[in-house]
Formats: sequence, structure tokens, C-alpha cells
Amino acid sequence: MQQIAQQLIYGIQLGSLYALIALGYTMVYGVLRLINFAHGDVYMVGAFVGFYACTRWLPFKDLAAHPEAAGANIALAVVALLLAMAICSAMGVLIERFAYRPLRNGLQKADAHFWGLVLGFPITGLFMPVFSGWGPLVAVAVGMGVGFAMRPLVAWLARRVKLSESRLNALITAIGVSLLLENGGLLVFGANPNFIPNILPEHTYTLPGGVMVGSSQLTILGVSVFLMLALRYIVMYTRPGKAMRAISHDIEAAKLMGIDTDRVIAFTFALGGALAGAGGAMVAALTHVKITPLFGLLPGLKAFVAAVLGGAGSLPGAMVGGLLMGSAESFVAGSSLSMFRDAIAFCVLIIILLVRPAGLMGRHVPEKV
Amino acid sequence: MRWLALRTVTVVGCIAALAVVSKLLSANLDTYVFLVVIQCGVAMTLAGSLNLINGITGQFSIGHAGFYAVGAYVGAAWTVLWQPIAVRYLPLLHLGTPLGDTLTLLIAIVVGAAAAAVAGVVVGLPSLRLRGDYLAIVTLGFGEVIRVVILNIDAVGGARGLTGIPTLVGSGDLAFFWVFGLVVAVVALSRNLMRTTRGLTWLAVREDEIAADAMGVDTTRVKVTAFVVGSAFAGVAGVLYAHYFTSISPDVFGMDMSIIITTMVVLGGTGSVSGSLLAAIVLTALPEFLRFMQDYRMVIFSTMLVVVMLTRPQGMFGHGEISFATFRRLLGRRRAGGAKP
Repeated sequence: MQQIAQQLIYGIQLGSLYALIALGYTMVYGVLRLINFAHGDVYMVGAFVGFYACTRWLPFKDLAAHPEAAGANIALAVVALLLAMAICSAMGVLIERFAYRPLRNGLQKADAHFWGLVLGFPITGLFMPVFSGWGPLVAVAVGMGVGFAMRPLVAWLARRVKLSESRLNALITAIGVSLLLENGGLLVFGANPNFIPNILPEHTYTLPGGVMVGSSQLTILGVSVFLMLALRYIVMYTRPGKAMRAISHDIEAAKLMGIDTDRVIAFTFALGGALAGAGGAMVAALTHVKITPLFGLLPGLKAFVAAVLGGAGSLPGAMVGGLLMGSAESFVAGSSLSMFRDAIAFCVLIIILLVRPAGLMGRHVPEKV
Repeated sequence: MRWLALRTVTVVGCIAALAVVSKLLSANLDTYVFLVVIQCGVAMTLAGSLNLINGITGQFSIGHAGFYAVGAYVGAAWTVLWQPIAVRYLPLLHLGTPLGDTLTLLIAIVVGAAAAAVAGVVVGLPSLRLRGDYLAIVTLGFGEVIRVVILNIDAVGGARGLTGIPTLVGSGDLAFFWVFGLVVAVVALSRNLMRTTRGLTWLAVREDEIAADAMGVDTTRVKVTAFVVGSAFAGVAGVLYAHYFTSISPDVFGMDMSIIITTMVVLGGTGSVSGSLLAAIVLTALPEFLRFMQDYRMVIFSTMLVVVMLTRPQGMFGHGEISFATFRRLLGRRRAGGAKP
């Protein structure tokens, strides 16, 4: 009994993280009908921002040496969290602007510039050793130069681009962006796993029945619930939220009603990115997991499963789905089948899609010819 | 009768041509280059077989490495675990003799293909209810589940992988013969599908499933068949891979592999057989040539993928094929342009 309750608490902690990521998936799916594969990697970026904020950027003090710094560290941790949210929402907007918007509206000149630039950077990196004495500034300048030279290539490729209605193209683009973030992350952050030392005071509370709850678990749960409530407020009671709901109902009609759909879609990505960034930063700072550039992949996929389980496009569904997924995983991990903990998500997905494709709380949209 | 004669001549001609080419290549190529050529062959089979599902039938499967893994593991399990038992009752299978080697390999191919085909049915069944991106995610999930299951089967080595597989295809001309024979088989099957009535039903499902259904096409059967055939070929590719490299581990068949195979098909143009095969060659050989770019090549790959999707959503060749007619047309156009007054 105590074992079960303990697993349940761990499951809720895991589940609230999955729910945070799943909300980003489900919002984007609701608005664009697109599975934003790169979302898990935004979560990874959030974890790295948290890591750098905690170890380099912000003046955290080691608790073992300075026990009196606990209060200051907590204040700094809030700053780190906000930083991760800001950077990740910028990241989400960037991905939307340069990868998904050209897919909807056609490739513009600015997109050709951007992708030329991205193509230019690996080439610059290759010549990095040549400029080693000059510092990264020269490399960046050369990268921009090479990128500018690459731009006509991209523009030439795009000379007769036919807009495609296929959602599969969107999916492949999303997979490409995800791969780009992962491999770019490997270059920028390195492949070695990173840990954050103990910087926040930790208490363990014993509930009646001998169940242990850590303060980090309570923090994760509390911050997640707060963010979800804030999101619900934004979506239900503000103008951009109303526009989001209008777009998810019917994007064409929303356009006709004068909603600037591109802006609202960018706003959706910003919201999703902020939630994923908060999740990543909390995981990095509170659970002492290994942070690697590939670490967003599995949580991302599991959160996606959570979003589908709850019903893609439904916000409460994503929360419920996240909690269910987290509990399911934690029970499997605690049972004798623990080696299958990464497979359970996909089994759940396959079953839910076969039995109730619209998810627990999604509405079923009949296909029209 | 004439039809049969023509077919026989074609098949025998293909086998003879393959035998000659494999002798020539294995005698003249550098060992390393030859290795890359074999890898290209395996990748071509994988791309061609995925093209049957994604390109010709229009289903979207991105978990192809799962079938590849099933084929490789079941085929290897046969040669490593079960063949020594079978040899007691069937001395014909004795390894080391040409007949025994060939028979063992053939049985491995059949077993691997059958196992992958069964996996294909299991994955194909959800495709009856799911479309588009949901199907894609389920196939990706199945691929992952297969990998995790293999990781936990201790008889085939679990995470350590299965080593010491007898190399039944050798490392020279015989390997080339088998691998590229498989490529030819995939191409022939795809070509025949694109030109026959039966294949027309597959194309109809791709173009408009509801309309195809209304026209009396048994869409269920078409979709499941496509999955079965496509995964069986991937399974055979796995068998050949296992018996060429003599060791396999679950890491080889991860999500990366699935995504690379999908990328080959998408870059080449879903539906274009020659496009997928060309993309398979480029994507397999390019990393070898880009060895000096080690860390950057995956970044370049992924950027290329996004840029191609944004600039040519239909893939490099779309539904078109590269054939002699293409070259003739290209030349003809140039000549016509030159002749203009």
C-alpha cells in the first residue's frame, strides 16, 4: 500500500511535467493540426538554460558551503525559471517563423536568408580551427557571409515552390527541425551529460502511512499547477486566447473575421515554448537528471502520447493525459516490468488510438468528402 | 507461353548480369569502398521497400527500422541458435559447404521475411483506422516497442547485441550478389506495381482513399498487403545485413535509423522509385565522404531536410522517375533549343 502511494506520488511529479509539455503539443495541434515534433527539444533547451543559469550565469552559492544562502538561491531560482521560459518561448516563435510559416504561406526572402545562414554555420564551424586565434566573432561573421552566399541557392531551390496541403510534409519538417535542434545542441552544448549541484534546500516530509514527499516534488507540482491555471486564464479570458480558440475552431473563418492568424499562431508557440522551458528548467534544477542534447526526445514523445491520450486539441485533456501517463510509467517502473518503462507510452498510444482515436476528452470530427 | 519465356530470359539475364558485375566490382574495388557499396545496397532495399508503403500506397509509416530489426534478429537467431539443432536432423545444412551455406541463408531469408511480414500485419492493422500523422506516430511507436522488446530478450544478447553470426554471404562478390539481387527484386516489384491493374489499386488508395473505396477497391486489403510486402523486404535486408556484418545490436535499429530511411523516401520524392534509391545512395555515401566533417554532418543533414521540405515539398523527383526517357528529353530539349532560329 505504502509502495503504491509512493509510486503514485512519483507518478504525479512525472505526470505534471508531461502535462506541461503536452499542453504545448495540444495547443499547436489545436491551432495548426500539426504535430510539433521539435517541442521536446525546446524542453531540452529549457533544461540547458536552467543548467547554465544555475552554474554559470547567475551567482548561485553552493548550499553545502553557505547554508545561509538558501533564501537568495530560491529568489535566483525563480529568475532562472523565468529566463528559461523567456528563451524557450523565443525559440518556439523562431521555429514557427522560419520552419512552419513558410510551409503555410510560401517561402519568403527572409526565410531564404535564414536557412542560408543556418546552412552556412556548419561550414564555418569546419573552418573554426583556422580562426582559432581570432575568437568566435570572426567565425560568426564568416558564417553570416557564407550564409549570405548560400541564400541564392535556397532562393533558387524555391523558385517554383508549390504550396503543399499535405500534413505529412509538415510532419517531416517538424522532424527535421527536431533533428536540427538535437544535433545543433550536440555541437553547442557538447555530448557530455551535465548535472546541477544541490543549490536549493531540500526537505522530505513523511505523510501518515510512511509515504515520503520531497520538497522538489511539491515545487514541481506547485509550479506546474500555477502555470496551467495561468494558461487556462490566458486561453479563456484574454483576447489572444479568444483568437486562439477561434483559430482552432476554423482558421479560414477566423481570418475572415479580421484575426491576424500568423501573430496568434506565433503567440501559441510562445506559450507552448514557455511551458516546456519551465518544465525543462525545473527538471534540470530539481531532479538531478543527466542533461544531454538528446534528453528531450523521449519526454517529448511521451508528452505527445499524453496529449493524444487526453484528446489532441483539448487543454484539460492534456493535463489529465499527462498525469495518467506519468502514473502509468511510474507504476510500470516500480513493478517487475521496469525494463519496459519506455515502451509503455507507445503501448498506451496504440491502444488509445485503436479504441478511441479522439482521445479521452477530444471531440470526434467526422471526415467530410 | 511467350510471356513466360520473356520473364525467364529477363530473370536469368538479371542474375547473370549481377554475377558478372559482382565479380568485377569485388575484384577491382577497394575494400572500404566495397563496404560502402554494400551499405548503399542495404539502404536502397530499405528505401525501396518503404517507398512501397509510403510512396505507392500513400500510407505514412516512419518506423521502418522496426521491421529491419525483426528480420535481422530472427534471421540471425535462426543461424546462430536454431540452425545447429536443425543440422543434426538435416546434414545437408552443414555450414562450410556451398550448398549448406546457401540453404541456411535461404532459410534465414524466408524466416526473417516471414517474421517481418507478421510484424507488418500487426502494424498494418492500425492503418485501417488511422490516417496521416497519427499513423506515422503509431508506426514510430511500434518501431520503438520492437527495439525495447529486443533489448529485453536475453537469448539474442539484449543490449549487448548478437555477435558471432556466421557470415554466409562472405565479404566479396557473393555479398554484392545477394544484396543487389534484393535491390533488383524491390525495383522490379515496384515497377510492376506501377504498371499493372493490381498496382493501380495501390495508387488509387494513395490518391484518394475514399474515392478508391467507392470505386470498389478493397482498401483494407491493399493497405495491409503494402505493409506486409514492404516490411518483408525490410526484413530480408536485415537478414543480409546481419550475415554480412556478423554482429547486430539494438542501437543500429533505433529511431534514428527509421528517420533516416523515411528521409531517403521523402527526399527522393514519395512515389518515385528511382528517386528514393538515389537518395538512399546519397544519404549513405555522403556521410562517408563527409567523415572529415564528423560533428557537422548531422546538422547539415537536418537543415537539408527542412530546406528541401520548404522548397520542394514533393521531394526532389516528385512522382517522376529517372529513366532513359528523361535523358532523351533533356538532350532533345537542348537540341531543339539550339536548332531554334
